[in-house]
Amino acid sequence: MSFERALRCRECGREYELKPIFSCEFCFGPLEVAYDYDGIREAISTDSIERGPASLWRYAPLLPVDPQYKVDIGTGFTPLIRADRLAKRLGLDTLWLKNDTTNPTWSFKDRVVSMAIARARQFGFTAMACASTGNLANSVSAHSAAAGMEAFVFIPNDLEIGKVIGSAIYAPTLVMVEGNYDDVNRLCTELAGSRPWAFVNINVRPFYAEGSRTLSFEVAEQLGWRTPAHCVAPMASGSLFTKIWKGFQELHKVGLLADEPRIRMSGAQAAGCSPISTAFAQGTLNFVPQKPNTIARSLAIGNPADGYYALKVMEETGGGAEMATDEEIVEGIKLLAETEGIFAETAGGVTIACLQKLVASGAIRRDEETVAFITGGGLKTIEAVEGKLIEPVRVPANAEAFDAALAARQARLVGVGGA
Amino acid sequence: MATRRVRFTFEPDMIREPVIYQLGHKFQVVTDIRMADVDEGIGWVVLELDGEPEEIERSLAWARELGVRIDSTLGDVVEG
Repeated sequence: MSFERALRCRECGREYELKPIFSCEFCFGPLEVAYDYDGIREAISTDSIERGPASLWRYAPLLPVDPQYKVDIGTGFTPLIRADRLAKRLGLDTLWLKNDTTNPTWSFKDRVVSMAIARARQFGFTAMACASTGNLANSVSAHSAAAGMEAFVFIPNDLEIGKVIGSAIYAPTLVMVEGNYDDVNRLCTELAGSRPWAFVNINVRPFYAEGSRTLSFEVAEQLGWRTPAHCVAPMASGSLFTKIWKGFQELHKVGLLADEPRIRMSGAQAAGCSPISTAFAQGTLNFVPQKPNTIARSLAIGNPADGYYALKVMEETGGGAEMATDEEIVEGIKLLAETEGIFAETAGGVTIACLQKLVASGAIRRDEETVAFITGGGLKTIEAVEGKLIEPVRVPANAEAFDAALAARQARLVGVGGA
Repeated sequence: MATRRVRFTFEPDMIREPVIYQLGHKFQVVTDIRMADVDEGIGWVVLELDGEPEEIERSLAWARELGVRIDSTLGDVVEG
């Protein structure tokens, strides 16, 4: 049973029947799924959810798809970890990490692709497609393989090897596009309009984007059906950020949260691709598109489709935005790993570095219970930290040599620490 | 005939220029504004262009030459 009711324009409010379309014919505004919240309220309870599977499908009545079409490779219900060591380093009383590196293809993209592929099957598509700098490509490839569907996956030709293999292993039609970022964009926009594919972030985008709401459903449940005071999430298109906020509000609408959420939402971007954070710093809702130049390629969207809406969420919730340089991103990855044992990809480094800045500037107060969203695993972007970590100790195979090398290493570390 | 949906972004020094009016006169292209927001710092306009494909391309190249930034109304389709 699904409670999706229509597609509604986020700008003018016009409604459309549930079809693979993504923008309003009148104002070209983006379409979003509208639900029958009264029906959901009747169909769902904390008990029914807690009896459900340990995946995002435990929230089925809140999802924009008939569950009989689902392709379930175990996405969602990822750990929410109390991060006391990192909190202490940053100057926070309570910090939680939503660890989405544990998804089947090691990123939060499995959430949105779960929605896109299920809805594509429901519409009768037999082929999936996407254009991606890695995580989305991996997830579309894996889900299509599990569904026995054809997949056309477009990636830039200079992608990190971990992300190329992370797609190729599932045997999609993997297309490495020659040319720059704009060339890939142009080609895929053209193909999306002329091929009979479910292009996950184009013609089924309204359904795809809804998958990010499951992050807030899980956080609220894992906190005991309540909300934190502050959330920090990475921003690329801005969709994840806005949907996290939407998800918390919906839980209140359907009676799963007693109180209206009062969460301050703050966003994180890389300095080398920061159209949303730059607009926030300038106090405007009008962002200027940028040409991406950052190691955080999973966040490298220069013309973010939901940038305006992300800025509106910051305005509405009293949140903020920050940006991190490439050096700060690497330090963020290392800090997260060294304090909490989580190896994140570059987007995680952006989130931690920006969280650090938001706390340091007072934008997040020490006593605000905060959740930071770690959206992808570090083995995909090992190039980012290669050569920037403490070198291993190399020794011949005898104990004396080991003791000597260990003493030398400790002396070196004390020297570094004391410098 | 073809239709293109685009977003024009104007830097402050371009905001007073009647670029869309001129585009409609210089080229055989019909312009249809659907959304816009212009303030002192920056302005953007979402519009639909109708015309022969080559003529639309020529008109967009002319606008780019003037300093207008032109993007897809979809936003970037390459994601992380």
